[in-house]
Amino acid sequence: MVTGKKSKTGERIAIAILGFFSLAWVFPIFFTVYESFRPYNDTTKDGYVSLPKHFNFDNYWNALIQSGMWRYFINSVEVAVPAVLITLFLASMVAFVVSRYSFKFNIALLMIFTAGNLLPPQLIFIPIFRLYLHIWVPTIINENNVLYDTQLGLILIHVAIQIGFATFVLSNYLRTIPKEISESALVDGASVWAHYFRVILPLLRPALASLGVLMTTWIYNDFFWAVVLLKSGSKRPITAALSNLQGEFFTDFNLLAAGAVLALLPTLIVFFVLRRQFVAGLTIGSTKG
Amino acid sequence: MSKIDIETKAAASGENLGRRRRSNNFTKRDRAVIAGLVGGPTILHVVFVWLPAIATILLSFCQWDGIGGLHDIHWVGFKNYTQIFTLYSDFKIALRNNTLWLLWFGLIATPLGVVLAYYLDKNLKGTKFFQTAFYLPIVLSLAVTGIIWDYIFKVNGFLNIVLGYTNADTAPSWFGDPHKNIWVVLGIASWRHIGYMMLLYLAGMKSVDPSLREAASIDGAGEWYTFRKVIFPSLRPVNIIVVVVTVIEALRAFDLVYIINRGKNGLQVLAVAVYENILGESQRIGWGAALATILFVLCLGPIMIYLYQNFKKVD
Repeated sequence: MVTGKKSKTGERIAIAILGFFSLAWVFPIFFTVYESFRPYNDTTKDGYVSLPKHFNFDNYWNALIQSGMWRYFINSVEVAVPAVLITLFLASMVAFVVSRYSFKFNIALLMIFTAGNLLPPQLIFIPIFRLYLHIWVPTIINENNVLYDTQLGLILIHVAIQIGFATFVLSNYLRTIPKEISESALVDGASVWAHYFRVILPLLRPALASLGVLMTTWIYNDFFWAVVLLKSGSKRPITAALSNLQGEFFTDFNLLAAGAVLALLPTLIVFFVLRRQFVAGLTIGSTKG
Repeated sequence: MSKIDIETKAAASGENLGRRRRSNNFTKRDRAVIAGLVGGPTILHVVFVWLPAIATILLSFCQWDGIGGLHDIHWVGFKNYTQIFTLYSDFKIALRNNTLWLLWFGLIATPLGVVLAYYLDKNLKGTKFFQTAFYLPIVLSLAVTGIIWDYIFKVNGFLNIVLGYTNADTAPSWFGDPHKNIWVVLGIASWRHIGYMMLLYLAGMKSVDPSLREAASIDGAGEWYTFRKVIFPSLRPVNIIVVVVTVIEALRAFDLVYIINRGKNGLQVLAVAVYENILGESQRIGWGAALATILFVLCLGPIMIYLYQNFKKVD
């Protein structure tokens, strides 16, 4: 078993290299967390690489309460939750029709949705931006009466783009489920709506969960659209609002570290608690496609 | 039992062809419901994605200062494009940076993801921990990523201190030096991209039929040969996704450079150039639209490949 011995040493080397890199991989995150617990004055005096004199939650308190970051978390929820729910609802309807009935337009429709999702956002945003300046909304939503600078506008664009990806994934998923299950519903004389609502939606549940987790993360992490479509810093979701903590002339970097850690906490929860769904969402398109 | 029920039952027990014909035989109400189910989402998607995309391409051939109404739009042909290539100095840097980004992702970051996936697929000791570490950056936003790495690369940050540069005036400025910063940013972007690629490939490798590998090892094939001839070819669907993701991520790059220095001073990219021409100090909508159209043309190849691969078997 000469080869066995040889591959054992090879394995050890591989483990050592992987170990080194995986530690290097997480190091910047731990370093940021470390700095977030230290006061600005300490790191200015002693530098970032130094033992802590003070180590406390002051930066978190200041970021959340004094800088009002809690408000941005609410903004994130207000945008991400409706956007994801509406997207999943609309996409599941289209996926249902194109995978359960054979219309001539099915493939063309799916191609429009799939390709639309791949278009660069920059190609879309110029007319959207101009359009949002002219679409009227009631004063309750925006006192300037235009869709620009409203969370509603942000939700709309997220839904419109994400529908493309969600429809593609859900219709692929439905295609792997035998049609016989649907046909028993037809035997019962169910209407199209009942077929969708009572047969298809429950079948889609695992795919909807994965997609929901993935898209919530994407929308929560969105930076471009929030920066482009929301002028008021106070309306921005947390990810885009982080640039508010970067001052023009002075930035408290320890406060910013605390802000960054706060902003990544929800995604870490997704990572550790809902990882299976997240990974399934990412790979669903690649292995079933 | 109503007549329709009997008909449906008869059809359901009949042949496949009969079934399909039956299920497309809708009542008026069903037709309306189907039209609503498909029509609503489609209109939303077309109005907010496709029409703006087409409008941008048209606008790229026009001149418009954006202040006057739509009647102020004038057709100028290719003038925006020629001006961008000749007069707009940031464009060349942006195009170079996006190309670098693409090459770096394609030739370095993505292959590294494959290598990682290959070793993690062997279920070595500690593989759970390794996977967790490499996955982690994928869930983080690029904005947060930029802030996190700032503590490493800023002038008085971790790297310079470890390298012994304690004087802030003589220490290298990793983000400030326009000859260095793009490489630093590519490294940071890879931090996320490598893990993402590893995730996709690992999922693909797990789904490779184990009997194929066994057959190869019984035939005495070496590791490299097995990977090249057996594993890699069966990863075809993953490869297509990877090409699309790699190209599109490289061309869309915006968040990271914007959070680091607003995409200036060596970090110009096309996406920021579009933004600058629409929301920046000087509003040149024609230029912005032309830049966005160039971005779109660069994305077109992978989009077409992806569509072709996904829809050819459906036909």
